[in-house]
Amino acid sequence: MTAWLMAVPLAVPAAAAAACLLVGRSMRMQAAITFAAAVCQLAAGVALTAEARAFGPAALAVGGWPEGAAIALVADMASAVMVVLVGTVAVLAVPFAASTIDRRREAFGFYPLVNVLLLGVAGMVLTGDLFNLYVWVEVTLIASFVLMALGGGRLQMEGATKYVALNVVASALFLTGVGVVYATMGTVSLGDLARAAHESGLAWPTESGTMLVLAALLVKAAAFPFFAWLPASYHTPPIGVTALFAGLLTKAGVFALLRVSGLLLSGGESRDTAQAVLLTLGGVTMVAGVLGAAAHTDMRRILSFHIVSQCGYMVMGAGFFSSAGYAATLFFLGHNMAAKTGLFTAAGIAYRLAGAYDVRALGGLMRRHPALAASFAVCAASLAGFPPLAGFFGKLALVQAGFTGGHFAVAGVALFTSILTLYSMTKIWHEAFWKPPPSVSTAQGRAPWPAWTALFGFAALSVTAGLAAGALFEFATLAGEALADPAAFIQLTGSAEP
Amino acid sequence: MRTRASLILRTTVPVLLPLFFVFAVFIFMRGHNEPGGGFSAGLVASAAFALTTVAFGPEAGRRALGLAPRVYLGAGLLVAGVSVALPVAMGEAFGKGLWTSITVLGRELKVGTPLAFDLGVLLVVVGTAAGIVFAFAEERD
Repeated sequence: MTAWLMAVPLAVPAAAAAACLLVGRSMRMQAAITFAAAVCQLAAGVALTAEARAFGPAALAVGGWPEGAAIALVADMASAVMVVLVGTVAVLAVPFAASTIDRRREAFGFYPLVNVLLLGVAGMVLTGDLFNLYVWVEVTLIASFVLMALGGGRLQMEGATKYVALNVVASALFLTGVGVVYATMGTVSLGDLARAAHESGLAWPTESGTMLVLAALLVKAAAFPFFAWLPASYHTPPIGVTALFAGLLTKAGVFALLRVSGLLLSGGESRDTAQAVLLTLGGVTMVAGVLGAAAHTDMRRILSFHIVSQCGYMVMGAGFFSSAGYAATLFFLGHNMAAKTGLFTAAGIAYRLAGAYDVRALGGLMRRHPALAASFAVCAASLAGFPPLAGFFGKLALVQAGFTGGHFAVAGVALFTSILTLYSMTKIWHEAFWKPPPSVSTAQGRAPWPAWTALFGFAALSVTAGLAAGALFEFATLAGEALADPAAFIQLTGSAEP
Repeated sequence: MRTRASLILRTTVPVLLPLFFVFAVFIFMRGHNEPGGGFSAGLVASAAFALTTVAFGPEAGRRALGLAPRVYLGAGLLVAGVSVALPVAMGEAFGKGLWTSITVLGRELKVGTPLAFDLGVLLVVVGTAAGIVFAFAEERD
């Protein structure tokens, strides 16, 4: 395997960020560079997946240092597939964000920041080192914080402050955890730590440190009771930024959660503790998120609460600690990235066309804009879990994995939550699309074509991923096995026998 | 800025500036084996621009910097990026430190990709810090 290939998803956005800063005033140029970087990231992800499938997992020891001393990047089936998903969201959502953002924000460093965001997310996915995971989480956080605050409206600042305050607490937890782990184990290489965890189990202070890291990742993954930052802030920035966040941020957090819990907490007694925590929090998160959504009428707020609810499913999937559970979670994660970003895109287009995010002020969109209505319906139905869309298979696999593992209660909660999800989606559908338009005629605008492309793209993905679920599950299963069995990871990134 | 900075500051800053830059170079070169390096050297260098801004206003600071802070940021990222990607082009591992020595004024000097990476860090730090200082200084007007 050509090892440098896995540096591409990191090197390309970094170079693109530099190029955007250097080309300066030409926004068209910056947009083109950013889009090209997203395409490169997607292509690199596809190539990595193909190579991981053909030749098995591989690691890149950055700097050519010997094993154990080097900081590694790891491309196994799981991280390679994740890079593909991130690239896909980026390719569709970046043009949407670029076409809907206002000139002032655009000129104030929007494109370099988007590139840094893509860099951070790719780093979170590919890293084989606990401390570097922290660093990439920070890179992502800083880029997203500036994107969120960019433009600096009063409301936006309020959202950004809440966002950064809670996430900085998470960073502190994360760093403390890494410090404890390093102090007791003398290493932060995930491979070495996983070996120790599986051979002798984690001893007291190390286990606590790992649990702190787990807590920090639960904040990132917007799990109960740490999710407050998300619905408090996601509706404040421009819709394109929110769509990017919805597709990338919590999802990368969930992936890091899968990776860390699969490697460090899947052995011995730690597993029982972590399982109890993840399953409980997963179940509560699903319900809390969906109930939060029921109380709102702003589309962005409804959808933000649904991100939380959907993350609950993924936290639950992580808590199964089985390769079937991981496979289902990854499939669900991919489906969610498409459906969720698609729904935010639809909300953005509806705002452009009818001038409101509040569903009470909208109406008649189905008659006036059937294409928008159809695409929204596809994404919403996928989210609620209708066959034959991708969301149905994702939920089916998750519930199946839950029943197989004997976790009936939480799997039942997952099914119950689906019904509530459907309630929220029908609320938007009924108010914004179905009911007659409000008597006071609202603005009639136009939406730029990249927004339509993104919406149709995400809707098409939800359909094709459902129709091709069998083929895609093959990849998900391989990825799930890679997450569940740390042996290959240990061999790749661990030092030679201690 | 409305009020002019004190006479003492305006007199000493021009004298201090070269010292800052020399010290930055010293810290930069020292950084390979001892505490120092691109980050702290970048901070020392940006302190020079910050002082200029405090003493003579943001316009003077920008003049001293020459190019826009954004350009420093971009160039720094680019230099750092090239320094880690270059070894791949030469058939080595991504990010491997490649060294060679050149003779400057009869003295042998080791240069390599880690030095270039540090230079990139320095430029990024200068660009960021100067950008922040200018933004604050200009906001008051």
